[in-house]
Amino acid sequence: MTDTALPNAEVTLSRLADKMRDAVAFDAKLIGIHSGGAWIAERLAGMLGGEHQVGFIDVSFYRDDYAKKGLRAKVATTTLPFEIGGSRVVLVDDVLYTGRSVRAAINELFDYGRPEAIELAVLIDRGGRELPIEPTYVGARLTVARDLSIVLQRQPDGSLELSVEPAEGTGGA
Amino acid sequence: MRNPQINGAGELQHLLTLEGLPPEVIGRILDTAVPFVSIAERDVKKVPLLRGKTVFNLFFESSTRTRTTFEIAAKRLSADVINLNIGVSSTSKGETLLDTIDNLVAMNADVFVVRHAQSGAPHLIAQHLSATGRAHIHVINAGDGRHGHPTQGLLDLFTIRHYKREFSALTVAIVGDVLHSRVARSLIHGLTTLGTAEVRVVGPQTLLPTAVESMGVHVFHDMREGLAGCDVVVMLRLQSERMKGALLPSAGEYFKHYGLTVDKLKLAKPDAIVMHPGPMNRGVEIDSAVADGKHSVILPQVTFGIAVRMAVMSILAGSQAPA
Repeated sequence: MTDTALPNAEVTLSRLADKMRDAVAFDAKLIGIHSGGAWIAERLAGMLGGEHQVGFIDVSFYRDDYAKKGLRAKVATTTLPFEIGGSRVVLVDDVLYTGRSVRAAINELFDYGRPEAIELAVLIDRGGRELPIEPTYVGARLTVARDLSIVLQRQPDGSLELSVEPAEGTGGA
Repeated sequence: MRNPQINGAGELQHLLTLEGLPPEVIGRILDTAVPFVSIAERDVKKVPLLRGKTVFNLFFESSTRTRTTFEIAAKRLSADVINLNIGVSSTSKGETLLDTIDNLVAMNADVFVVRHAQSGAPHLIAQHLSATGRAHIHVINAGDGRHGHPTQGLLDLFTIRHYKREFSALTVAIVGDVLHSRVARSLIHGLTTLGTAEVRVVGPQTLLPTAVESMGVHVFHDMREGLAGCDVVVMLRLQSERMKGALLPSAGEYFKHYGLTVDKLKLAKPDAIVMHPGPMNRGVEIDSAVADGKHSVILPQVTFGIAVRMAVMSILAGSQAPA
């Protein structure tokens, strides 16, 4: 698969927002997984209407490849400016692949409290799951060779763009 | 000389000293400590990074704060922590340092946190581990003799950066017993590595190391001159045992010349911060009005110390053993 076959990120984001608008609880908290998911969560909050508070989660301390790869160089701070206990939460990520990041994020959320429910919204579902995790809302589904990663980038004007890069090692998002 | 702290892949393998540690490595530790600070504010003050790892706190010299903060740091990373006050057990029965280490390695230790009265003891342990093919075990220096106390230096750097941001614009004064202070030595190395504009040491001739200027600091014997225009004032503990050694006339005399009072602090910048590695001697090196005043960041230093030690342990334990 080449760059040209990738969907446009902005169009995909609008499609994702359309699917979520009537389905997501009006007060659901949108929690973006650093860094791509964080950008999408911020954008979705503006697009969905309702009263969605936004939080950010960095799953570095919960990853299952720490013993193999060590700690990542840049760890961001998890910022959840609301109670997790009793909240309806939508985890937001850019690309869903093995499901391991989502597993880590769910584990981390429970260290903040017991959410009433967790849903999962992703811009791209590229298949290849290694855990029984399924998204609730998907912008687009596509198939990509195992040795490639799909990377979301944010342009200086705030718009989002998808690109394909060679994957580092195996596993990943 | 090859830096034994850094492995062949350029990763931090042990933390023995801040001397010669590249600025990127120090920067990475400080950056990693930031997200660890907020873990203390959560419901569950734990992350699973070091689950299944065993950390031995080996204190051949007593310390309450350092040992406790290392213990909390390891526990918040989900490690199992064993505290050993070796001064009162094995060595008193004649066991050598390296025999003690070998026994603990046989109990499957993953990390050693070492405090020792002899300079170079953590270094010796790290060399012994790599010479005997056990380089996957990590050593953290928690204070050795007069040599260094790198995690204290790092937490001081973290505190300064937290309140003051850019080191290149700062004047930092380190006041007191620099001669006997491993804290001062580590902090000076860290500050100069990060490009601090000016580092001053302030104290009587008898409590400053000879040729201390060669570490890249300016020397002041008059505290008022030394504090003028400073952004950061680091007070060092006056160890009372030094007084008996005839280095100083009396605690009262010392306070008069080198004690930090509200009045003297006015010579520093209006937004200056005051730090102290603890334990404090109120009325000897620092006045209570300053220690408890609005410039003091002495208690935040303790809190940040836990996050910095979590960062060090999680970077070390995640580094891959060299081939």
